[in-house]
Amino acid sequence: MLHNTVDARGRSCPEPVVMTKNALDNYDGEKIQVLVDAMVAVENIKRFVEGRGFNVEVEEKDEEYIITINK
Amino acid sequence: MRNNRLKIIISGGLIGILSALLVKLGNPANMGICVACFYRDITGALGLHRASVVQYLRPEIIGFILGAFIMAKFKHEFKARGGSSPVIRFVLGFFLMIGALVFLGCPLRMILRLSNGDLNALVGLIGYIVGILIGIQFIKKGFTLGRSIKQTPAAGYFMPAIAIILLIFLIAKPTFIIFSEKGPGALHSPVWISLVAALIIGAVIQRTRLCTAGGIRDAFLIKDYHFLWGLIGIFAFSLIGNLIFNPAGFKIGFVDQPVAHNDFIWNFLGMTLTGLTAVLLGGCPLRQTILASEGDADSAITVIGFIVGAAFAHNFGLAASPKGVGTNGKIAVIIGLIVVLAIAASVVSYKQKQSNKKVKGGDKIVA
Repeated sequence: MLHNTVDARGRSCPEPVVMTKNALDNYDGEKIQVLVDAMVAVENIKRFVEGRGFNVEVEEKDEEYIITINK
Repeated sequence: MRNNRLKIIISGGLIGILSALLVKLGNPANMGICVACFYRDITGALGLHRASVVQYLRPEIIGFILGAFIMAKFKHEFKARGGSSPVIRFVLGFFLMIGALVFLGCPLRMILRLSNGDLNALVGLIGYIVGILIGIQFIKKGFTLGRSIKQTPAAGYFMPAIAIILLIFLIAKPTFIIFSEKGPGALHSPVWISLVAALIIGAVIQRTRLCTAGGIRDAFLIKDYHFLWGLIGIFAFSLIGNLIFNPAGFKIGFVDQPVAHNDFIWNFLGMTLTGLTAVLLGGCPLRQTILASEGDADSAITVIGFIVGAAFAHNFGLAASPKGVGTNGKIAVIIGLIVVLAIAASVVSYKQKQSNKKVKGGDKIVA
């Protein structure tokens, strides 16, 4: 697991995005991984992160999603 | 990006235009859709309150639930989940309903009222925004209702099952179900038209995740205007729909607006309570309904909070009427604001204590 992994599984809106935002605010060049378990969280995070000029990759695994963010 | 924006505007627009159509076909004025009012009417039809003018098994709610359920199933997004502070969600849902029934409408009806010239809804909107801004402060300080986890599938089917039962009651009309003979509860579109319109809306909103609280919250919190465009879509298309279908009903002003009162302070504070609770819950009444239909047992508990709130609102004379807001309603809103603020503050303080402990223990993990 990366040192900057955000576990936002099971969180209500808007917590996954807020947690991602906090991680982005401390972005140190190393990629950030966000774990979520709802498609709505994936969409919200993707929209927010891409709006900030980061690259996003989403991988689905056992009904959960791993969102990898880097510049 | 532009494509997304168009989708959310159309999704809101669909609600706006179908709402205007439902009013044309028989729903109460400015109440093509009102999630809070319709739960209140269902509560009355089940005899859980005895306000004889607001009792009807609104097919719109049944349609939202089944539309969202079918779409979620189809898209493999139906998942039984829950266990995130159910009791707190119940209390927040309860007070959300009290706030909405003092204002006389959920946030969606607030937009529909505004689009038909009811300026009291503008006062409500300002109150709603203030409530959301207060909620955002708690979110920024770490407010959370905690994680939900996977539940046994039966928990996820609760809401769709309730919708089916209500649909059977609506069609079979057993004697224990009460239907208003006069008042707003007696005004409704033909059942099948309401049902089909709501099935479409439920399915579309399941996809686009439109939320009236999210639209305003995200604009302030993370400068994301995506859902706000959806709200603009509701407003614009409801305005157009009203002018096409019910031009005589369009009237700009504060006085004599349909199913509304012009008590500024209580329109404002009622919606402040609704906005605050909606942010803490993670979504407005419409969004909670959609989530509950997708298997979210926490949202189902919130909906039960709406229903109990509606029952209390009419049994204890808390709900407003076009004549205004009674003393009990004013006291209930004040109690609601105090209780909800106290809950939010206690959650934040508990979380901060916990996170300090983690730092001291030397095992701080990110988020």
